[in-house]
Amino acid sequence: MTGIYAENSEGQFKKAVLEAASYASQIGNGQIVAVCVGQPNAGEADKLAQYGVNKLICIEGISAFDAQVYGKEIANVLINQGVNQVVFANTYEAKSVAPRVSVIMNASMASNVIELPETSNGFKVKRGVFSGKGFAYVTLDKANKVIAITPNSTELKKQATSIQIETIQSSGSAGSTTITSTTKAGGKIPLTEAEIVVSAGRGMKGPENWGMVEELAEILGAATACSKPVSDMGWRPHGEHVGQTGITIKPNLYIAIGISGAIQHLAGVSSSKVIVAINKDPEAPFFKAADYGIVGDAFEVLPKLISAAKAAKN
Amino acid sequence: MKILVCMSVVPDTTTKITFTDNNTKFNSQGVQFIINPYDELSLTKALEIAEQHSGTVTVVNVGLADADAVIRKALAIGANDAIRINAEPKDAQFVAEQIAAIVKANGYDLVLTGRESIDYNGGMVCSLLGALLDWPSVNVCAKMVYNDGKIEFERDIDGGRQTVVSNLPVVASAQKDLCEPRIPNMKGIMAARTKPLQVVEPAQVEVASSYEAFESPAAKQAVRMIDAENAGQLIDILKNEAKIIA
Repeated sequence: MTGIYAENSEGQFKKAVLEAASYASQIGNGQIVAVCVGQPNAGEADKLAQYGVNKLICIEGISAFDAQVYGKEIANVLINQGVNQVVFANTYEAKSVAPRVSVIMNASMASNVIELPETSNGFKVKRGVFSGKGFAYVTLDKANKVIAITPNSTELKKQATSIQIETIQSSGSAGSTTITSTTKAGGKIPLTEAEIVVSAGRGMKGPENWGMVEELAEILGAATACSKPVSDMGWRPHGEHVGQTGITIKPNLYIAIGISGAIQHLAGVSSSKVIVAINKDPEAPFFKAADYGIVGDAFEVLPKLISAAKAAKN
Repeated sequence: MKILVCMSVVPDTTTKITFTDNNTKFNSQGVQFIINPYDELSLTKALEIAEQHSGTVTVVNVGLADADAVIRKALAIGANDAIRINAEPKDAQFVAEQIAAIVKANGYDLVLTGRESIDYNGGMVCSLLGALLDWPSVNVCAKMVYNDGKIEFERDIDGGRQTVVSNLPVVASAQKDLCEPRIPNMKGIMAARTKPLQVVEPAQVEVASSYEAFESPAAKQAVRMIDAENAGQLIDILKNEAKIIA
Protein backbone atom coordinates (compact mmCIF):
# COMPACT_ATOMS: atom_id res chain seq x y z
CA MET A 1 0.00 0.00 0.00
CA THR A 2 1.21 3.54 -0.76
CA GLY A 3 1.00 6.43 1.69
CA ILE A 4 1.52 10.15 1.43
CA TYR A 5 2.12 12.77 4.06
CA ALA A 6 -0.54 15.42 3.53
CA GLU A 7 1.13 18.46 5.04
CA ASN A 8 -1.51 20.75 6.37
CA SER A 9 -0.79 24.48 5.97
CA GLU A 10 -3.44 26.29 8.01
CA GLY A 11 -6.02 23.69 7.05
CA GLN A 12 -5.08 23.61 3.37
CA PHE A 13 -3.31 21.09 1.21
CA LYS A 14 -0.89 22.93 -1.04
CA LYS A 15 -0.19 22.03 -4.65
CA ALA A 16 2.98 20.21 -3.59
CA VAL A 17 0.84 17.82 -1.50
CA LEU A 18 -1.45 17.18 -4.47
CA GLU A 19 1.67 16.40 -6.51
CA ALA A 20 2.65 13.85 -3.88
CA ALA A 21 -0.86 12.34 -4.10
CA SER A 22 -0.70 12.20 -7.87
CA TYR A 23 2.79 10.65 -7.74
CA ALA A 24 1.58 8.02 -5.26
CA SER A 25 -1.45 7.16 -7.43
CA GLN A 26 0.78 6.78 -10.47
CA ILE A 27 3.12 4.35 -8.74
CA GLY A 28 -0.05 2.57 -7.63
CA ASN A 29 0.33 -0.53 -5.51
CA GLY A 30 -3.19 -0.70 -4.10
CA GLN A 31 -4.99 1.85 -1.98
CA ILE A 32 -3.56 5.31 -1.37
CA VAL A 33 -3.71 6.52 2.20
CA ALA A 34 -2.88 10.08 3.25
CA VAL A 35 -1.84 11.06 6.77
CA CYS A 36 -2.40 14.56 8.07
CA VAL A 37 -1.75 16.18 11.45
CA GLY A 38 -4.84 18.05 12.68
CA GLN A 39 -8.01 18.63 10.68
CA PRO A 40 -8.05 20.12 7.19
CA ASN A 41 -10.65 22.72 6.22
CA ALA A 42 -13.95 21.59 4.73
CA GLY A 43 -13.59 20.42 1.14
CA GLU A 44 -9.83 19.94 1.31
CA ALA A 45 -10.06 16.13 1.51
CA ASP A 46 -11.91 16.18 -1.83
CA LYS A 47 -8.84 17.75 -3.43
CA LEU A 48 -6.86 14.66 -2.42
CA ALA A 49 -9.61 12.41 -3.78
CA GLN A 50 -9.22 14.12 -7.16
CA TYR A 51 -5.70 12.71 -7.30
CA GLY A 52 -6.52 9.19 -6.24
CA VAL A 53 -6.32 9.23 -2.43
CA ASN A 54 -8.77 6.66 -1.00
CA LYS A 55 -8.39 7.39 2.66
CA LEU A 56 -7.34 10.35 4.81
CA ILE A 57 -6.29 9.78 8.39
CA CYS A 58 -6.16 12.88 10.58
CA ILE A 59 -4.07 12.64 13.75
CA GLU A 60 -5.58 14.64 16.61
CA GLY A 61 -3.89 15.66 19.83
CA ILE A 62 -0.56 17.08 18.63
CA SER A 63 -0.39 20.68 19.80
CA ALA A 64 2.64 21.99 17.89
CA PHE A 65 5.26 20.95 15.36
CA ASP A 66 8.10 18.87 16.77
CA ALA A 67 10.08 16.73 14.33
CA GLN A 68 10.53 13.88 16.82
CA VAL A 69 6.81 13.72 17.66
CA TYR A 70 5.65 14.11 14.04
CA GLY A 71 8.09 11.43 12.88
CA LYS A 72 6.86 8.90 15.41
CA GLU A 73 3.14 9.60 15.10
CA ILE A 74 3.10 9.66 11.30
CA ALA A 75 5.26 6.53 11.04
CA ASN A 76 2.95 4.76 13.53
CA VAL A 77 -0.11 5.40 11.42
CA LEU A 78 1.63 4.40 8.19
CA ILE A 79 2.90 1.15 9.71
CA ASN A 80 -0.53 0.33 11.17
CA GLN A 81 -2.10 0.87 7.75
CA GLY A 82 0.36 -1.57 6.17
CA VAL A 83 2.00 1.11 4.02
CA ASN A 84 5.31 0.06 2.46
CA GLN A 85 6.06 3.13 0.34
CA VAL A 86 5.51 6.76 1.32
CA VAL A 87 5.62 9.90 -0.80
CA PHE A 88 6.40 13.32 0.70
CA ALA A 89 6.50 16.73 -0.99
CA ASN A 90 10.04 17.87 -0.20
CA THR A 91 9.16 20.99 1.82
CA TYR A 92 11.04 22.24 4.89
CA GLU A 93 8.59 20.34 7.07
CA ALA A 94 9.13 17.14 5.10
CA LYS A 95 12.90 17.53 5.42
CA SER A 96 12.44 17.42 9.19
CA VAL A 97 9.98 14.53 9.17
CA ALA A 98 10.52 12.19 6.19
CA PRO A 99 14.01 10.94 7.18
CA ARG A 100 12.69 10.21 10.68
CA VAL A 101 9.80 8.22 9.19
CA SER A 102 12.28 6.29 7.03
CA VAL A 103 14.27 5.23 10.11
CA ILE A 104 11.20 4.10 12.04
CA MET A 105 9.86 2.16 9.02
CA ASN A 106 13.33 0.78 8.21
CA ALA A 107 12.88 2.16 4.71
CA SER A 108 15.28 3.27 1.99
CA MET A 109 14.87 6.96 1.33
CA ALA A 110 15.59 9.32 -1.56
CA SER A 111 15.00 13.08 -1.54
CA ASN A 112 14.89 15.58 -4.46
CA VAL A 113 13.16 12.97 -6.61
CA ILE A 114 12.00 14.48 -9.89
CA GLU A 115 10.45 11.65 -11.90
CA LEU A 116 8.24 8.61 -11.44
CA PRO A 117 10.25 5.53 -10.49
CA GLU A 118 11.42 2.91 -12.95
CA THR A 119 10.13 -0.35 -11.48
CA SER A 120 10.81 -2.97 -14.17
CA ASN A 121 13.89 -4.15 -12.29
CA GLY A 122 13.94 -2.98 -8.68
CA PHE A 123 12.78 0.51 -7.73
CA LYS A 124 14.90 3.19 -9.36
CA VAL A 125 14.35 6.93 -8.92
CA LYS A 126 15.94 9.94 -10.58
CA ARG A 127 17.08 12.65 -8.19
CA GLY A 128 18.83 15.99 -8.49
CA VAL A 129 22.45 16.03 -7.28
CA PHE A 130 25.42 18.43 -7.35
CA SER A 131 23.06 21.34 -6.73
CA GLY A 132 21.45 21.25 -10.15
CA LYS A 133 24.63 20.33 -12.02
CA GLY A 134 23.62 16.67 -12.41
CA PHE A 135 21.11 13.89 -11.85
CA ALA A 136 21.53 10.46 -10.33
CA TYR A 137 19.63 7.21 -10.79
CA VAL A 138 19.35 5.50 -7.42
CA THR A 139 17.90 2.11 -6.60
CA LEU A 140 16.09 1.90 -3.28
CA ASP A 141 17.03 -1.53 -1.97
CA LYS A 142 14.96 -2.02 1.18
CA ALA A 143 11.41 -3.39 0.99
CA ASN A 144 10.03 -0.17 2.47
CA LYS A 145 10.60 3.11 0.68
CA VAL A 146 10.29 6.83 1.44
CA ILE A 147 10.40 9.22 -1.51
CA ALA A 148 10.52 13.01 -1.16
CA ILE A 149 9.65 14.69 -4.47
CA THR A 150 10.76 18.16 -5.55
CA PRO A 151 7.77 20.52 -5.92
CA ASN A 152 6.87 21.41 -9.55
CA SER A 153 8.80 18.46 -10.96
CA THR A 154 6.05 15.93 -11.56
CA GLU A 155 2.83 16.25 -13.46
CA LEU A 156 -0.52 16.51 -11.68
CA LYS A 157 -2.74 13.79 -13.13
CA LYS A 158 -6.37 13.59 -12.10
CA GLN A 159 -7.47 10.16 -10.99
CA ALA A 160 -10.68 10.87 -9.11
CA THR A 161 -11.92 8.49 -6.47
CA SER A 162 -14.02 8.72 -3.33
CA ILE A 163 -12.29 9.37 -0.04
CA GLN A 164 -12.97 8.08 3.42
CA ILE A 165 -11.91 10.28 6.35
CA GLU A 166 -10.85 8.89 9.69
CA THR A 167 -9.68 10.68 12.83
CA ILE A 168 -7.41 9.04 15.33
CA GLN A 169 -5.81 10.19 18.57
CA SER A 170 -2.04 10.58 18.73
CA SER A 171 -0.27 8.02 20.90
CA GLY A 172 1.02 10.93 22.96
CA SER A 173 4.75 10.75 22.22
CA ALA A 174 6.58 13.57 23.99
CA GLY A 175 8.82 16.15 22.33
CA SER A 176 11.76 18.13 23.66
CA THR A 177 11.28 21.37 21.74
CA THR A 178 9.05 24.39 22.28
CA ILE A 179 8.15 26.87 19.54
CA THR A 180 8.36 30.36 20.98
CA SER A 181 7.55 32.43 17.88
CA THR A 182 6.69 32.11 14.20
CA THR A 183 6.94 34.77 11.53
CA LYS A 184 5.46 34.17 8.13
CA ALA A 185 5.73 36.50 5.19
CA GLY A 186 1.99 37.09 4.78
CA GLY A 187 0.40 36.05 1.52
CA LYS A 188 3.72 35.38 -0.17
CA ILE A 189 4.36 32.27 -2.22
CA PRO A 190 7.15 30.09 -0.76
CA LEU A 191 10.08 30.23 -3.14
CA THR A 192 10.58 26.47 -3.38
CA GLU A 193 6.99 25.93 -4.49
CA ALA A 194 6.56 28.96 -6.75
CA GLU A 195 5.73 28.31 -10.41
CA ILE A 196 7.14 31.67 -11.46
CA VAL A 197 10.17 33.32 -9.86
CA VAL A 198 11.46 36.85 -10.48
CA SER A 199 15.04 37.11 -9.31
CA ALA A 200 17.49 40.00 -9.28
CA GLY A 201 21.15 40.60 -8.65
CA ARG A 202 23.73 43.31 -8.19
CA GLY A 203 22.52 44.98 -11.39
CA MET A 204 19.72 46.47 -9.27
CA LYS A 205 22.38 48.67 -7.59
CA GLY A 206 20.77 48.72 -4.13
CA PRO A 207 17.95 47.34 -1.98
CA GLU A 208 15.94 50.55 -2.47
CA ASN A 209 15.39 49.57 -6.11
CA TRP A 210 13.59 46.28 -5.42
CA GLY A 211 10.16 47.89 -5.72
CA MET A 212 10.14 47.20 -9.47
CA VAL A 213 11.18 43.58 -8.97
CA GLU A 214 8.43 43.06 -6.44
CA GLU A 215 5.89 44.80 -8.65
CA LEU A 216 6.65 42.55 -11.62
CA ALA A 217 6.53 39.50 -9.34
CA GLU A 218 3.17 40.52 -7.96
CA ILE A 219 1.61 41.02 -11.39
CA LEU A 220 2.91 37.63 -12.56
CA GLY A 221 1.94 35.88 -9.31
CA ALA A 222 5.60 35.08 -8.75
CA ALA A 223 7.90 34.67 -5.78
CA THR A 224 11.00 36.86 -5.54
CA ALA A 225 14.56 35.57 -5.30
CA CYS A 226 18.08 36.97 -5.45
CA SER A 227 21.70 36.13 -6.16
CA LYS A 228 24.34 35.33 -3.51
CA PRO A 229 26.09 38.74 -3.48
CA VAL A 230 22.73 40.44 -2.93
CA SER A 231 21.93 38.27 0.08
CA ASP A 232 25.54 38.51 1.36
CA MET A 233 25.31 42.31 1.30
CA GLY A 234 22.04 42.11 3.20
CA TRP A 235 20.00 43.74 0.43
CA ARG A 236 17.60 40.80 0.60
CA PRO A 237 16.96 38.08 3.21
CA HIS A 238 19.05 34.90 2.85
CA GLY A 239 15.87 32.87 2.32
CA GLU A 240 15.68 34.45 -1.15
CA HIS A 241 19.18 33.35 -2.17
CA VAL A 242 19.04 30.78 -4.95
CA GLY A 243 22.15 28.98 -6.14
CA GLN A 244 24.56 26.30 -5.12
CA THR A 245 24.88 27.46 -1.51
CA GLY A 246 21.34 28.80 -1.38
CA ILE A 247 18.09 27.20 -2.46
CA THR A 248 17.71 25.05 -5.56
CA ILE A 249 14.46 25.79 -7.34
CA LYS A 250 12.58 24.39 -10.27
CA PRO A 251 9.89 26.84 -11.33
CA ASN A 252 8.17 26.86 -14.72
CA LEU A 253 9.56 30.33 -15.36
CA TYR A 254 12.67 31.97 -13.92
CA ILE A 255 13.36 35.60 -14.77
CA ALA A 256 16.87 36.76 -13.84
CA ILE A 257 17.44 40.50 -13.78
CA GLY A 258 20.94 41.92 -13.46
CA ILE A 259 22.46 38.55 -12.53
CA SER A 260 25.57 37.62 -14.50
CA GLY A 261 25.03 33.86 -14.23
CA ALA A 262 28.01 32.46 -12.34
CA ILE A 263 28.19 28.66 -12.34
CA GLN A 264 27.14 28.56 -8.66
CA HIS A 265 24.00 30.58 -9.40
CA LEU A 266 23.08 28.58 -12.50
CA ALA A 267 23.38 25.38 -10.46
CA GLY A 268 20.41 26.44 -8.36
CA VAL A 269 18.10 27.45 -11.20
CA SER A 270 19.09 25.50 -14.30
CA SER A 271 16.25 23.00 -13.88
CA SER A 272 13.69 25.77 -14.43
CA LYS A 273 11.52 25.02 -17.49
CA VAL A 274 11.95 28.46 -19.07
CA ILE A 275 14.71 30.91 -18.18
CA VAL A 276 14.76 34.59 -19.09
CA ALA A 277 17.99 36.57 -18.62
CA ILE A 278 18.07 40.35 -18.59
CA ASN A 279 21.50 41.89 -18.39
CA LYS A 280 23.21 44.96 -19.79
CA ASP A 281 26.35 42.93 -20.55
CA PRO A 282 25.82 40.97 -23.79
CA GLU A 283 28.65 38.62 -22.70
CA ALA A 284 26.96 37.69 -19.40
CA PRO A 285 27.17 33.88 -19.04
CA PHE A 286 23.48 33.75 -18.16
CA PHE A 287 22.57 34.20 -21.83
CA LYS A 288 24.11 30.77 -22.56
CA ALA A 289 21.79 29.17 -20.03
CA ALA A 290 18.67 31.12 -20.93
CA ASP A 291 15.78 30.49 -23.32
CA TYR A 292 15.08 34.19 -23.83
CA GLY A 293 17.42 37.09 -23.35
CA ILE A 294 17.28 40.86 -23.30
CA VAL A 295 20.46 42.93 -23.40
CA GLY A 296 19.58 46.12 -21.58
CA ASP A 297 19.63 48.08 -18.40
CA ALA A 298 17.29 46.72 -15.73
CA PHE A 299 16.04 50.23 -15.00
CA GLU A 300 14.86 50.64 -18.58
CA VAL A 301 13.68 47.07 -19.24
CA LEU A 302 11.74 46.45 -16.03
CA PRO A 303 9.22 49.31 -16.45
CA LYS A 304 8.48 48.03 -19.98
CA LEU A 305 7.92 44.49 -18.66
CA ILE A 306 5.70 45.77 -15.86
CA SER A 307 3.45 47.74 -18.17
CA ALA A 308 3.27 44.87 -20.68
CA ALA A 309 2.47 42.38 -17.93
CA LYS A 310 -0.27 44.67 -16.59
CA ALA A 311 -1.73 45.06 -20.06
CA ALA A 312 -1.62 41.29 -20.69
CA LYS A 313 -3.54 40.66 -17.50
CA ASN A 314 -6.42 42.96 -18.38
CA MET B 1 29.65 20.68 26.66
CA LYS B 2 30.72 18.12 24.06
CA ILE B 3 29.93 19.10 20.50
CA LEU B 4 30.20 16.90 17.42
CA VAL B 5 30.32 18.52 13.98
CA CYS B 6 29.50 16.26 11.02
CA MET B 7 31.52 17.21 7.99
CA SER B 8 31.22 16.27 4.33
CA VAL B 9 34.09 16.75 1.92
CA VAL B 10 32.68 18.11 -1.34
CA PRO B 11 33.87 19.48 -4.70
CA ASP B 12 34.59 23.22 -4.68
CA THR B 13 31.52 25.27 -5.70
CA THR B 14 33.13 26.37 -8.98
CA THR B 15 33.66 22.77 -10.14
CA LYS B 16 32.32 21.80 -13.53
CA ILE B 17 30.59 18.50 -12.76
CA THR B 18 31.31 15.62 -15.14
CA PHE B 19 30.95 11.86 -14.87
CA THR B 20 33.20 8.98 -15.81
CA ASP B 21 33.19 5.17 -16.17
CA ASN B 22 30.20 5.18 -18.48
CA ASN B 23 28.44 7.77 -16.30
CA THR B 24 28.55 5.64 -13.19
CA LYS B 25 31.00 7.76 -11.20
CA PHE B 26 31.66 11.41 -10.43
CA ASN B 27 34.82 12.48 -12.23
CA SER B 28 37.08 13.77 -9.46
CA GLN B 29 40.05 14.34 -11.76
CA GLY B 30 41.53 17.77 -11.09
CA VAL B 31 38.74 18.65 -8.67
CA GLN B 32 39.54 20.72 -5.60
CA PHE B 33 37.77 19.38 -2.49
CA ILE B 34 36.57 21.60 0.34
CA ILE B 35 34.65 21.43 3.62
CA ASN B 36 30.94 21.44 2.70
CA PRO B 37 30.06 25.17 3.05
CA TYR B 38 27.14 24.52 5.45
CA ASP B 39 29.36 22.30 7.62
CA GLU B 40 31.88 25.13 7.77
CA LEU B 41 29.12 27.24 9.32
CA SER B 42 28.22 24.57 11.88
CA LEU B 43 31.92 24.17 12.74
CA THR B 44 32.31 27.91 13.35
CA LYS B 45 29.14 28.02 15.44
CA ALA B 46 30.27 24.98 17.44
CA LEU B 47 33.59 26.73 18.19
CA GLU B 48 31.76 29.88 19.32
CA ILE B 49 29.53 27.90 21.68
CA ALA B 50 32.46 25.81 22.97
CA GLU B 51 34.56 28.93 23.67
CA GLN B 52 31.74 30.57 25.63
CA HIS B 53 30.81 27.47 27.62
CA SER B 54 34.13 25.64 28.06
CA GLY B 55 33.26 22.91 25.61
CA THR B 56 35.11 20.74 23.12
CA VAL B 57 34.51 20.34 19.40
CA THR B 58 35.09 17.08 17.57
CA VAL B 59 34.74 16.81 13.80
CA VAL B 60 33.51 13.57 12.24
CA ASN B 61 33.73 12.60 8.59
CA VAL B 62 32.74 9.45 6.75
CA GLY B 63 35.34 9.06 4.03
CA LEU B 64 38.55 7.53 2.79
CA ALA B 65 42.12 8.69 3.46
CA ASP B 66 41.97 11.35 0.73
CA ALA B 67 39.62 13.32 3.04
CA ASP B 68 42.37 13.80 5.63
CA ALA B 69 43.77 17.01 4.12
CA VAL B 70 40.33 18.64 4.32
CA ILE B 71 39.77 17.28 7.84
CA ARG B 72 43.10 18.90 8.86
CA LYS B 73 41.67 22.19 7.64
CA ALA B 74 38.77 21.80 10.09
CA LEU B 75 41.34 21.18 12.84
CA ALA B 76 43.23 24.29 11.70
CA ILE B 77 40.01 26.31 11.97
CA GLY B 78 39.87 25.23 15.60
CA ALA B 79 38.28 21.82 16.23
CA ASN B 80 39.95 19.95 19.12
CA ASP B 81 40.11 16.59 17.41
CA ALA B 82 38.67 14.61 14.52
CA ILE B 83 37.33 11.17 13.77
CA ARG B 84 37.29 9.70 10.27
CA ILE B 85 35.11 6.68 9.71
CA ASN B 86 37.09 4.82 7.09
CA ALA B 87 34.47 4.12 4.40
CA GLU B 88 33.10 5.46 1.14
CA PRO B 89 30.06 7.59 2.09
CA LYS B 90 27.54 5.45 0.13
CA ASP B 91 24.39 7.42 0.88
CA ALA B 92 22.86 9.64 3.57
CA GLN B 93 21.49 6.67 5.49
CA PHE B 94 24.89 4.94 5.59
CA VAL B 95 26.57 8.15 6.77
CA ALA B 96 23.94 8.79 9.44
CA GLU B 97 24.17 5.25 10.81
CA GLN B 98 27.97 5.50 11.04
CA ILE B 99 27.80 8.83 12.85
CA ALA B 100 25.02 7.61 15.17
CA ALA B 101 27.31 4.75 16.25
CA ILE B 102 30.04 7.29 17.14
CA VAL B 103 27.56 9.44 19.07
CA LYS B 104 26.32 6.42 21.02
CA ALA B 105 29.87 5.34 21.83
CA ASN B 106 31.25 8.75 22.86
CA GLY B 107 28.22 10.73 24.05
CA TYR B 108 27.70 14.36 22.94
CA ASP B 109 25.42 17.17 24.06
CA LEU B 110 25.08 18.79 20.67
CA VAL B 111 25.52 17.36 17.17
CA LEU B 112 25.60 19.75 14.22
CA THR B 113 25.32 19.07 10.49
CA GLY B 114 24.90 21.31 7.46
CA ARG B 115 21.41 21.75 6.01
CA GLU B 116 22.64 19.61 3.11
CA SER B 117 25.87 18.71 1.36
CA ILE B 118 26.35 20.54 -1.91
CA ASP B 119 27.23 17.31 -3.75
CA TYR B 120 24.41 14.86 -3.02
CA ASN B 121 21.97 17.44 -1.60
CA GLY B 122 20.09 14.86 0.45
CA GLY B 123 19.39 17.20 3.35
CA MET B 124 18.63 14.11 5.41
CA VAL B 125 21.46 13.46 7.86
CA CYS B 126 20.26 15.81 10.63
CA SER B 127 16.78 14.27 10.77
CA LEU B 128 18.10 10.72 10.29
CA LEU B 129 20.43 11.20 13.27
CA GLY B 130 17.53 12.56 15.32
CA ALA B 131 15.56 9.36 14.68
CA LEU B 132 18.50 6.96 15.07
CA LEU B 133 19.40 8.52 18.44
CA ASP B 134 15.79 9.32 19.41
CA TRP B 135 16.83 12.94 19.99
CA PRO B 136 15.02 16.12 19.01
CA SER B 137 16.21 17.56 15.68
CA VAL B 138 15.96 21.14 14.48
CA ASN B 139 16.55 21.58 10.78
CA VAL B 140 17.85 24.53 8.71
CA CYS B 141 18.89 26.92 11.48
CA ALA B 142 20.10 30.46 10.86
CA LYS B 143 20.64 31.16 14.58
CA MET B 144 21.71 29.07 17.59
CA VAL B 145 22.13 30.47 21.11
CA TYR B 146 23.08 28.29 24.08
CA ASN B 147 21.59 29.41 27.36
CA ASP B 148 21.15 27.61 30.65
CA GLY B 149 21.18 24.04 29.38
CA LYS B 150 18.97 24.77 26.38
CA ILE B 151 19.51 26.02 22.87
CA GLU B 152 17.37 28.58 21.12
CA PHE B 153 17.28 28.05 17.38
CA GLU B 154 15.86 30.15 14.61
CA ARG B 155 14.94 27.87 11.75
CA ASP B 156 13.55 28.35 8.28
CA ILE B 157 10.05 27.07 7.68
CA ASP B 158 8.01 27.12 4.49
CA GLY B 159 7.44 30.83 3.86
CA GLY B 160 8.93 32.12 7.12
CA ARG B 161 11.03 31.70 10.24
CA GLN B 162 10.42 30.05 13.58
CA THR B 163 12.12 30.28 16.97
CA VAL B 164 12.42 26.94 18.72
CA VAL B 165 13.91 26.15 22.13
CA SER B 166 15.25 22.63 22.60
CA ASN B 167 16.53 20.62 25.50
CA LEU B 168 19.89 18.86 25.14
CA PRO B 169 21.02 16.61 23.66
CA VAL B 170 19.86 17.83 20.28
CA VAL B 171 20.94 17.55 16.65
CA ALA B 172 20.58 20.60 14.41
CA SER B 173 21.52 21.64 10.88
CA ALA B 174 23.12 24.90 9.78
CA GLN B 175 21.76 27.33 7.21
CA LYS B 176 23.39 30.42 5.72
CA ASP B 177 23.40 33.46 8.05
CA LEU B 178 24.26 31.28 11.08
CA CYS B 179 27.69 32.95 11.30
CA GLU B 180 30.65 34.08 9.24
CA PRO B 181 32.82 31.01 8.58
CA ARG B 182 36.25 31.20 10.23
CA ILE B 183 39.40 31.03 8.16
CA PRO B 184 42.38 29.14 9.58
CA ASN B 185 45.33 31.29 10.70
CA MET B 186 48.99 30.28 10.73
CA LYS B 187 48.91 29.28 14.40
CA GLY B 188 45.88 27.09 13.75
CA ILE B 189 47.51 25.46 10.73
CA MET B 190 50.62 24.63 12.77
CA ALA B 191 48.55 23.28 15.67
CA ALA B 192 46.40 21.16 13.34
CA ARG B 193 49.38 19.02 12.37
CA THR B 194 49.57 17.46 15.81
CA LYS B 195 45.89 17.39 16.74
CA PRO B 196 44.42 13.87 17.01
CA LEU B 197 42.75 12.49 13.88
CA GLN B 198 41.41 9.10 14.83
CA VAL B 199 40.54 6.64 12.04
CA VAL B 200 37.88 4.07 12.92
CA GLU B 201 36.44 1.25 10.86
CA PRO B 202 32.75 1.48 9.83
CA ALA B 203 29.91 -0.35 11.55
CA GLN B 204 28.10 -3.00 9.51
CA VAL B 205 24.81 -1.59 8.22
CA GLU B 206 22.11 -2.77 5.84
CA VAL B 207 22.43 -1.27 2.34
CA ALA B 208 19.67 1.28 1.78
CA SER B 209 20.30 2.46 -1.77
CA SER B 210 22.67 2.11 -4.70
CA TYR B 211 23.79 4.89 -7.02
CA GLU B 212 23.71 3.33 -10.47
CA ALA B 213 24.20 6.11 -12.98
CA PHE B 214 24.57 9.84 -13.38
CA GLU B 215 23.44 12.26 -16.03
CA SER B 216 24.35 15.84 -16.86
CA PRO B 217 21.56 18.36 -17.47
CA ALA B 218 20.48 18.52 -21.13
CA ALA B 219 22.15 21.25 -23.14
CA LYS B 220 20.02 24.33 -23.64
CA GLN B 221 18.88 25.44 -27.08
CA ALA B 222 20.30 28.73 -28.26
CA VAL B 223 18.88 31.73 -26.50
CA ARG B 224 16.30 33.83 -28.35
CA MET B 225 17.16 37.49 -27.97
CA ILE B 226 14.53 40.19 -27.67
CA ASP B 227 15.31 43.82 -28.39
CA ALA B 228 15.45 45.93 -25.22
CA GLU B 229 13.40 48.67 -26.89
CA ASN B 230 10.54 46.18 -27.31
CA ALA B 231 11.07 44.43 -23.97
CA GLY B 232 7.29 44.20 -23.52
CA GLN B 233 7.27 41.68 -26.37
CA LEU B 234 8.74 39.17 -23.92
CA ILE B 235 5.48 39.09 -21.96
CA ASP B 236 3.56 38.38 -25.16
CA ILE B 237 5.92 35.49 -26.03
CA LEU B 238 5.74 34.01 -22.53
CA LYS B 239 1.97 34.21 -22.59
CA ASN B 240 1.07 33.22 -26.12
CA GLU B 241 3.99 31.14 -27.42
CA ALA B 242 5.63 29.55 -24.40
CA LYS B 243 2.23 29.58 -22.60
CA ILE B 244 4.04 29.81 -19.32
CA ILE B 245 2.17 32.76 -17.80
CA ALA B 246 -1.56 33.27 -17.51
